[in-house]
Amino acid sequence: MIELHARTVAGLARGLRDREYSATELTQHFLNRISSSNESLNAVITLTREQALAAASRADKRLAAGDAGPLTGIPLLHKDVFCTDGIRTSCGSKMLDTFIAPYDATVVAKLNAAGFVMLGKTNMDEFAMGSSNENSYYGSVRNPWDIERVPGGSSGGSAAAMAARLAPVTTGSDTGGSVRQPAAFCGVTGLKPTYGRISRYGMIAFASSLDQAGTFTADAQDAALVLNVMAGFDRRDSTSVDHPVPDYASTLDDGIGGLRIGMPREFFDEGLDDGVAAQVQAAIKQLEALGASVKEITLPSMKASVATYYVVASAECSSNLSRMDGVRFGYRCRNPRDLADLYTRSRGEGFGAEVKRRIMTGTYTLSAGFYDAYYLKAQKVRRVIADDFRQAFGDVDLIVGPTTPETAFKLGEKANDPIGMYLSDIYTIAVNLTGLPGMSIPCGFSQGLPVGLHLIGNVFDEARLLNVAHQYQRHTDWHRQIPERFQREGS
Amino acid sequence: MVLNDGDVRNIAGLARLQIDEADIPRYVTKLSQVLDLVSQLSEINTRGVMPMAHPIDAVQRLRADEVTEKDQRERFQGIAPVVESGLYLVPKVIE
Repeated sequence: MIELHARTVAGLARGLRDREYSATELTQHFLNRISSSNESLNAVITLTREQALAAASRADKRLAAGDAGPLTGIPLLHKDVFCTDGIRTSCGSKMLDTFIAPYDATVVAKLNAAGFVMLGKTNMDEFAMGSSNENSYYGSVRNPWDIERVPGGSSGGSAAAMAARLAPVTTGSDTGGSVRQPAAFCGVTGLKPTYGRISRYGMIAFASSLDQAGTFTADAQDAALVLNVMAGFDRRDSTSVDHPVPDYASTLDDGIGGLRIGMPREFFDEGLDDGVAAQVQAAIKQLEALGASVKEITLPSMKASVATYYVVASAECSSNLSRMDGVRFGYRCRNPRDLADLYTRSRGEGFGAEVKRRIMTGTYTLSAGFYDAYYLKAQKVRRVIADDFRQAFGDVDLIVGPTTPETAFKLGEKANDPIGMYLSDIYTIAVNLTGLPGMSIPCGFSQGLPVGLHLIGNVFDEARLLNVAHQYQRHTDWHRQIPERFQREGS
Repeated sequence: MVLNDGDVRNIAGLARLQIDEADIPRYVTKLSQVLDLVSQLSEINTRGVMPMAHPIDAVQRLRADEVTEKDQRERFQGIAPVVESGLYLVPKVIE
């Protein structure tokens, strides 16, 4: 028998339907794994044991009554960026350490309605700002493949929890690579759909024109099944897009013969680690063997994407985070002298160093006299970058490359080097600027650390991404690898 | 350095962020590094390019001006630092 935590969401759902185990037993299994393994990883920051067992019991009743959905009874962990009614929603910040959300995010509500069982909330970089999960008020998360290394960020807790199989699926959010980069570092399948595909309602905003919810799963089939639940228009999110949602699972088995793949020259430039390059090249060869044709393409303006991102994202964050003022919710400083002192000290004491830096960068670039030179210029460059991609998609169906320039780095290695840290998102950022869907799937190891293959699709072409990823995973087993110390029962 | 100590104090003031005096040199260095990185934008020719506000150029939808949410004031104020008689309390602003 395959141990429960080594199974996929699809496999676990089958076992639930066949009465091989109950939702309560499944939930207990993963709660035990979190209890015994989380201390070494710090991936889960809120465990909702009682609520989970209550939800599992409801799932069991639905399963017994025959009115269960296809994924009823599957446990999951949510990134702590999603508001969960009655449960602390900290966003990794001291500012929201005592914030009990008074409502559910749409993502949470949809997954609850489908019968998913929430086990708890995962650690993250404060307000989703970071690429290593070292910016959390709750401490750094460790990479299950090597606990001296970072899991990536900002959804580091969700990626590490998935890699260690503390849950069969975890949620994340991706503003500049925050799902795909940690998925690559932790050797799991990470999906960031098209901007507007999944509602942002109740997902605490960092950069509103870039943020998109996503998932960490063991494989592409699971990502398709969960996306089927999460995707869709939401009246409560004015940026969600009213576009038909296909059944993402129905096209997974399509062949990929004739698929046209583009390899951007800029993704294989200097700065790319040799070990990562070798695994990615091998993966592309595998896709060719499955019938795809590969051609080199160019995205000449991509080099400006990191600069563009740090203007756009910082400006939007400085505006979004102005709501954290110590008045209506969240942290308030002790004994404020006056209103100005209340604002400045609550924010000064409540935010960590990286969040302050980004707010200040955004405040500066939006301030009188600088707006045109920074924000407006960045919005124009953003369109130039988007035009590069549009042109590329005239010739190819899919763009592939490495997800990150290197494998997971050591804790503390880039802590004093914000620019070095920012560059670890160099391949992922342009995808957020252009709103396109992207995925990272495991494609091998370099010196014992996972390497991610980055797939970028055209707008609303998630079905194709998932199809190609699934076909690749049918012929490889990189996605089935679990770090040794987390393979055993209970672990 | 793109910025100096005075700039950082001014930006922190605009952002309503208290920062320690001792940290100012570090902010000067790190924010200047970020702005140096950002200066790469000038290498891209954007003459005649329309700024892109939405990644897929969608426009904001309009909806009828109807009440769709019910009153949950007590619930929402339950998580506020200090409230009294349905009001959020802050230090006195008018003498």
